Amino acid sequence: MGIDIKLPIGLMFTIFGLLLTVFGFATRLDAGMYKPSLGINVNLWSGLGMLVLGVVMLVLAFFSRKSKAS
Amino acid sequence: MNTGFVLSWIDYLVMIIYFAFVLGIGWALKRYMKDASAFLEAGRAMPAWVAGLAFISTNLGALEVMGMTGSGLKYGMLTTHFYWVGAIPAMVFLAMFMMPFYYGSKARSVPEYIKLRYDEKTRGLNAILFAVMTILASGISMYALAILMEKVLGWNFHLSLILSAAIVLAYTYLGGLSSAIYNEVLQFFIIVVGLLPIVILSLKDVGGWHGLQQSLAPIVSSKGFAPDAWTTTWKYTGSAKLNPMGVEWYGIFAGLGFVLSFGYWCTNFLIVQRAMSAKSTTAARNTPLIGAIPKMFIPFLIIVPGIVALVLMNTPGKGFALPLNEAGQPIYDYTIIMLLKQYLPAGVLGLGVTALLASFMSGMAGNVSAFNTVWTYDIYQSYIRPVTKDKASDDKHYLFVGRMATIFGVIVSIAAAYLASLFGNIMDFLQTIFSMINAPLFAVIFLGMFWKRATGHAAFTGLLMGFFVALLHHGLTFPEGANTLVKGGWIAHLHAYPVEMAQNFWTAIFACSTSAIITVFLSFMTTQKKSDNELKGLVYALTPKLNEEAVPWYNRSSTLAIIVLTLVSILTILFW
Repeated sequence: MGIDIKLPIGLMFTIFGLLLTVFGFATRLDAGMYKPSLGINVNLWSGLGMLVLGVVMLVLAFFSRKSKAS
Repeated sequence: MNTGFVLSWIDYLVMIIYFAFVLGIGWALKRYMKDASAFLEAGRAMPAWVAGLAFISTNLGALEVMGMTGSGLKYGMLTTHFYWVGAIPAMVFLAMFMMPFYYGSKARSVPEYIKLRYDEKTRGLNAILFAVMTILASGISMYALAILMEKVLGWNFHLSLILSAAIVLAYTYLGGLSSAIYNEVLQFFIIVVGLLPIVILSLKDVGGWHGLQQSLAPIVSSKGFAPDAWTTTWKYTGSAKLNPMGVEWYGIFAGLGFVLSFGYWCTNFLIVQRAMSAKSTTAARNTPLIGAIPKMFIPFLIIVPGIVALVLMNTPGKGFALPLNEAGQPIYDYTIIMLLKQYLPAGVLGLGVTALLASFMSGMAGNVSAFNTVWTYDIYQSYIRPVTKDKASDDKHYLFVGRMATIFGVIVSIAAAYLASLFGNIMDFLQTIFSMINAPLFAVIFLGMFWKRATGHAAFTGLLMGFFVALLHHGLTFPEGANTLVKGGWIAHLHAYPVEMAQNFWTAIFACSTSAIITVFLSFMTTQKKSDNELKGLVYALTPKLNEEAVPWYNRSSTLAIIVLTLVSILTILFW
């Protein structure tokens, strides 16, 4: 029906990915903040992961739109 | 014990962005909602992967996530039985054997299938019970959400309740079932992404799977179990005393694997509705199969962190503890919350909290979207205002009724949530009782699909008696150490089960067998009023075999089913 759900999923995770990557990068020197997460910068890593997920979804949405149009 | 989180601006930002997307999807779908079929059945146009993810997402509500993590702590890997011997075989069975009849009969709901296969009274009984049950479930879910927001985020209980109800109402009112389904897919991804950091960090903290096994050994031994009792699945099920769940292998197999899971996954309209929204018979059959693949890996996402929590609790240096209830017992359902608090810094914490909120709301939305369909088609259209000759005005009218049922459903859910806050025990009791409805229903639908002789009078009596026996069994037995009548034994104390779980399994087994025996017996005593022609497409023997040859081999349901069963066998052997 109507919309391709890959598009909002892709958009949302791209935004989340960018947000957390930048936030993680900005807070990378804050050792106190990442003490609970065993010294791992989880924001940076989750951010990058979500960015990949988001972009893959957007690319898939782009191709399924193209194949529908042709 | 302080269970509160301190959320920072970035956590709130994540939450706001998520809910903007949720409402945005509802808004974008609004213009497609032209008739009742679009609103209540998603126009039967969903691709299999979307319906498949929604299919498991409906069940992956927050109560499920919180409960399963707590069960991981209490019972260890035995909790995976809910997935590998419970859900997966039932989902494969639904796809291969039942979906062709549900989808092919053109019924718009499970009660409608019952009407077509049996008769009006059996449908009426099922539809009314289902409508009451879904609204209650939705109310309980709302109540739990508001309590959580109050305790964890420090928000006002009433405000949380009204706000979450308003969001759910907004997107289900705008986009109907499509909106609920699309948001379930969104929720599936956010749950996985939001909880994955917990799995990785908690396992790393205890030194991986092997480290977990080693640190568990002394803790578990001191409880009187074998050192690997928490990290194995079938190994200690030879006797109920050897495993923490307190059930033998045949109890698991028959109670959980067969009766409870088949009852839940194959007859609960809330779940089956997702597959019915698919765009073709093949897509409808593939829906549960596609859902089964992520489903079998969900234990690693929610059960394994619960097992780690048992180690953390017993390692003083970690500073990990569960909050206690009035009786001084740990509240196991808070395991996942305390893990989020233990490991996640601002940023990903917002993601984790959003994942939980999202799953609460989609749980409500799922219930509301199943309720409005059953109300509109099976109650309103059947008993209050039947279809007229004017199709155009009918379409409009039933769309309106569907929308009003959505509003009504949300309002009654809010009322049920307040009832739950006043009489918590009564709601627990009702939930236990309603969990018994599915077991007899499975017997009746199963016989209906595979035995053409089964009659309407027999099915009606079987359903009623099965429910009655479930009540009776619950009233006569109780789990050891139970201090409230809600847990059972409110008639007499005839038998004690070691744990509540065992009691639930056996209640279901008794209910299902009674219902099956009575339905078979009475079917022979009564005459079949439906002719073979009327039953075509509804009963296995009278329906032409599905021909999958036109479908490419990799897209066939049988291929997918083999893949699913192979994968689940490998997992079972690995964690035996």
